[in-house]
Amino acid sequence: MSFFSKSPWILHYDGSSCNGCDIEVLACLTPFYDLERFGIVNTGNPKHADILLITGSVNERNIEIVQNLYRQMPDPKVVVAVGACACSGGIFARAYNIQGGVDKVVPVDVYVPGCAARPESIIDGVVQGIAALEQKRKKTA
Amino acid sequence: MTLAIYALLFVVVAPVFGGLLTGADRIVTARMQSRVGPPILQPFYDVGKLFQKQSRLLNPIQEPLLLGHVVMMAATGAMLVSGTDLILVTFVFALASLLLVLAAGSAYSPYSFAGAERELIVLLAAEPFFILMMAAICKVTNASSYQDVLASPTWVAPQLPGILIAFLMVATIKLRKSPFDISTSHHAHQELVSGLTSDMSGRLLAYVELAHWYESALLCAFTVLLFNWSIPLGIAAFLVAYGGEVLVDNATSRIKWQLVLRSTWVATLLFAGGNVLALFVVGR
Repeated sequence: MSFFSKSPWILHYDGSSCNGCDIEVLACLTPFYDLERFGIVNTGNPKHADILLITGSVNERNIEIVQNLYRQMPDPKVVVAVGACACSGGIFARAYNIQGGVDKVVPVDVYVPGCAARPESIIDGVVQGIAALEQKRKKTA
Repeated sequence: MTLAIYALLFVVVAPVFGGLLTGADRIVTARMQSRVGPPILQPFYDVGKLFQKQSRLLNPIQEPLLLGHVVMMAATGAMLVSGTDLILVTFVFALASLLLVLAAGSAYSPYSFAGAERELIVLLAAEPFFILMMAAICKVTNASSYQDVLASPTWVAPQLPGILIAFLMVATIKLRKSPFDISTSHHAHQELVSGLTSDMSGRLLAYVELAHWYESALLCAFTVLLFNWSIPLGIAAFLVAYGGEVLVDNATSRIKWQLVLRSTWVATLLFAGGNVLALFVVGR
C-alpha cells in the first residue's frame, strides 16, 4: 500500500515570478481551498518534500538553487511548474537574464498553465503530480 | 507478569493514542481557522509515507541516535507503567529527549545545529519541573511507583494545585505548542523553527514523529498520576488540557528563548516549588 497519494508534502520555490502565481499558491492554503484536507503540507524543507512547486522562470542567478533544491529532495519526487513563466519563460522568455522554463534545468513532470495560474488549476496540477509520484514509486520499488 | 503486560500494552497502545491525538489536533486546529482539515488518520498516512520514502543518512550515528530516541521514549512509558521508581523514569525521559538533541547536532547544517541548541534550552526549561513534580507526588502519597501512587488513598491533585498549573505550562513545551515551540513546530515550517528536523528525511523524520506520539501518551500517563483516584478522570483532564493547548497554540505567537526559559523556571519555582514548600510547612 502506498501512502504518497494521501500525504504529498510540497516545497514551494519562487524563481523569478512576479508573485502573482505565489499569491495563488498561498491562496490554496486558505480556508476557501484548504489544501490540507488532502493531507498536503507546505513544508519549507526540500528534505521533507515530495513535490517541488516552482513559480516563475529560471534566471542566471537561480539555476544552481533550483538544481540544488531538486537534488536535496529524497526520491520519489515530482516537479510541478506553475504558471506561464515556469512553463516556458512567459513574457520574460527573451529577457537577457532568463534561461526559460523550469524544464531547462530540472525535469518537469506537470505543467500548470495560466497567468496567473488559478488555485483550482494549481490543485489540479498537484493532483496530477501525485499520480506521477505514484508511478515513480512503482518504478523504484 | 502483569507489570510486563502493562509495559507491552503501553508500547503498543501509546503510538495509536498519540497518532489519533495528533490527528484530532490537526482537525481542531483547522476548524479553529475555519478550514475543514485533514482526515483523523492523517498522521499515520504521513508516517507511513515517510517510511516509504528514501532516507538520506548524513552520518553513521544519526539513525542509531534517532532509533534510540524512539526506543528510550517507549521505554520511559513502559518503565513508568510497570512500576519503576518515578524519579528514575524522569531521568530516562530526559535521556530520551537528549538523544534527539544529539541526533540534530550530529548534522552539519547550521539550522539543524541551531535547532539542537534550542531543543536543549527547552529541555533545560522543562526538566526541573518533572523532577519536582515526581518528588512532590512521592511526598504526598508516600509511594514511589505508578501502581502505588494509583493505589494510594491520598488524592494527589487537590494537594498539588501549584504543580497542576506549572504542568500546563511545561506540557505546552513538551507538546511543541506556541508560544513555547522554539525548537520545532507542527506548522509554518521554517528553517529556524523546524531546525531540529531540517536534516532528517524519510524514516528518520518518521522516528521523530513516532517518539512524539509516545511523548504525548507519556504526558497523559503523568496526568493520570496527578488524578490518581480515577484513571478516566485523569485521561479526561489530559484531553481537556490538550484542547486548551490547541487553543493557546492558535491564539499566541512564538516568544524568544530567553522568555521561554525565564517564564518556565519562574512558574516552576513559584507554583511547583511553592506548592512543595507549603506541603512541608503544613505537613510538619
